[in-house]
Amino acid sequence: MTQAAALAIGVQRAESPGLWTLAWRRFCRDRVGLASFLIVVFFFGLMVASGLHLIAADWSKEVGVNFAPPTFVGPAISDSGPTAPVAAESPGIRPSADPGEIEIVDPLAGVLAEIRAASGAAAAADAQAPTLVFGGDRWGRDVLKKTIKGTETSMFVGLVAALLAAFLATVFGALAGYYGGWIDDFFNWFYSVFTSIPYLLLILAIAAVLNQKGTLTVILILGLTGWTGIFRLVRAEYLKHKVREYIQAADAIGASHARRMFVHILPNVSHVILVQLSLHVVLFIKSEVVLSFLGFGVGVDTVSWGSMLNEAQSELILGYWWQLAAATLAMALLVTGFSLFTDALRDALDPKLK
Amino acid sequence: MLAYVTRRLWQTIPTLLGVVLLVFFLFTWFGGDPAYLLAGKISNPEQIENIRRQLGIDRPAYIQLWIFIQQIVTGDFGESWSTNEKVSAIFATRLGPSLTVLVPLLVIDTLLAIAAAMLVAYVRGSLTDRMVMIGCTIGQSISILVYIIVFQYVLAYQLGWFPVQGWGSGFAENLFRFSLLPIIVGVIVSLAPDTRLYRSFFLDEINQDYVRTARAKGMSETRVMWVHVLRNASIPIITNVMIQLPGLLAGAFLIERFFSIPGVGREVILAVERSDFPVIKAVTIYVAIATMIINLIADLLYRVVDPRVQLK
Repeated sequence: MTQAAALAIGVQRAESPGLWTLAWRRFCRDRVGLASFLIVVFFFGLMVASGLHLIAADWSKEVGVNFAPPTFVGPAISDSGPTAPVAAESPGIRPSADPGEIEIVDPLAGVLAEIRAASGAAAAADAQAPTLVFGGDRWGRDVLKKTIKGTETSMFVGLVAALLAAFLATVFGALAGYYGGWIDDFFNWFYSVFTSIPYLLLILAIAAVLNQKGTLTVILILGLTGWTGIFRLVRAEYLKHKVREYIQAADAIGASHARRMFVHILPNVSHVILVQLSLHVVLFIKSEVVLSFLGFGVGVDTVSWGSMLNEAQSELILGYWWQLAAATLAMALLVTGFSLFTDALRDALDPKLK
Repeated sequence: MLAYVTRRLWQTIPTLLGVVLLVFFLFTWFGGDPAYLLAGKISNPEQIENIRRQLGIDRPAYIQLWIFIQQIVTGDFGESWSTNEKVSAIFATRLGPSLTVLVPLLVIDTLLAIAAAMLVAYVRGSLTDRMVMIGCTIGQSISILVYIIVFQYVLAYQLGWFPVQGWGSGFAENLFRFSLLPIIVGVIVSLAPDTRLYRSFFLDEINQDYVRTARAKGMSETRVMWVHVLRNASIPIITNVMIQLPGLLAGAFLIERFFSIPGVGREVILAVERSDFPVIKAVTIYVAIATMIINLIADLLYRVVDPRVQLK
């Protein structure tokens, strides 16, 4: 019995832990990495729960008064009394060279707000709370729920676009690095074409051409332009791996090109792709926020951190800072968490680097 | 040297052709029929036919491509679809304001980032180093939009230290009055990632043997850091600065938009909003050409900084 147990342990010992087991052990030792991992998991859970309508499904309900302050600030002392003059002079502080060019973004917003506020007030005049947990927006919607919804949009866009970019980059990089020759030349040419146009300019040009808003459009724009950085690394890894002994061995036992590329080499370079994927999620979340802010991003009925910041810009002048704070905090927390997680992931997967 | 430059210029032709094809097919195939965009809501088939003939889009694709190439070579992209201003004139007048903001921004940012990175790399592992790095990570995670909105609100709107936005006519007024806040915001936004990056460049060098040798020879720490380490770390730094240079021509999109600076970046955003294709096409092509030339200059600069680099 004890002998058998000892034997079992012996057998276990003989089996050396694999790359992922080792990486996981290294990762668990990294406290900052583990904490950031929890943040990422938390946001991921938030995204899934919100996507399944488990939380924040009623984010568009006008539950509070217009611009309801956060509960910890307390209700507004006088309703819209002091804000009116500021609102009146706000166009004056924008002495634009060609007037009306910037302010004219949404001429109906004010009217719409009034209509909505009126109808909302008529429907649920008694249900509107004077304060909300993290304040309310122009229509009295709960900023906290809105932020959760925005988290869902921004994170979903970032994740899917990064997956798309990583997929393209892996296929391109594998083909270019593995085959070499004219295929390599072709993909390198493709790469240099894409990288000779500055990133934001390329994104804006494509946004201009597509000329339609929507989550899918943003994902396509970011994914189709963002593969270049990953491509270069994947290609370099394939160049390195294709001459190694294990690939010669795979060749000797008759593995096909596709099998050698994606069954034999891919698992050995997947750590590079994983780190890059994580890095690009952050990059794409930031880009989505900018695109949506400029109005070339998600649709008008979708809320994202970018569209929240867009609303917050004019709200801030009136003194309503909570929507700005909520979107900024959520984004800063996720991006910091994700960046630290990426660093920890890189350290865990590639211990030679540090 | 001359042979190298010639060969490199020769090699850019396929890439340039690729950019031209990319932009052409992007706008021709996915851009929809510009005649409908131009004619507006109220239009009759005759009008649309007219516009199509004027733009040459009723002709086969290869002729259109030829027209496009001619436009690029002559620099004559015709007129903007929304303002009827000549595209070349738009580019010429918008470049100045963009450069007024971006050149000081890039210089100040690079110098500050190098100094900060060298300092934290020198005291690596210490509390200062860790605090600066945490600060950079957090600072980097906040959107540039938030920096602009908050700085514009607090420093310009509430405290009144700077004009909220606008642009004057004189260069000095523009640089010292209207550009100050945009430059400050821009430096703060780009300082965090650059410091992090440059710190890693310095760390790569600081543990090298030649540093120990220099110290063993009795060199002062200032000389070791500012002469030996800096010169060796400058190659990746030059690469990073060079990568940012083409961006100067494309303008700072968000900063120019928020501060109403009539630069190229704001023009591009306006053009995207109005589907003003000639302007976007011209900016994209010329910035791409500039990128290629700057890449060549960067490679030549490596040779100046590091004589070991062989140009082949």
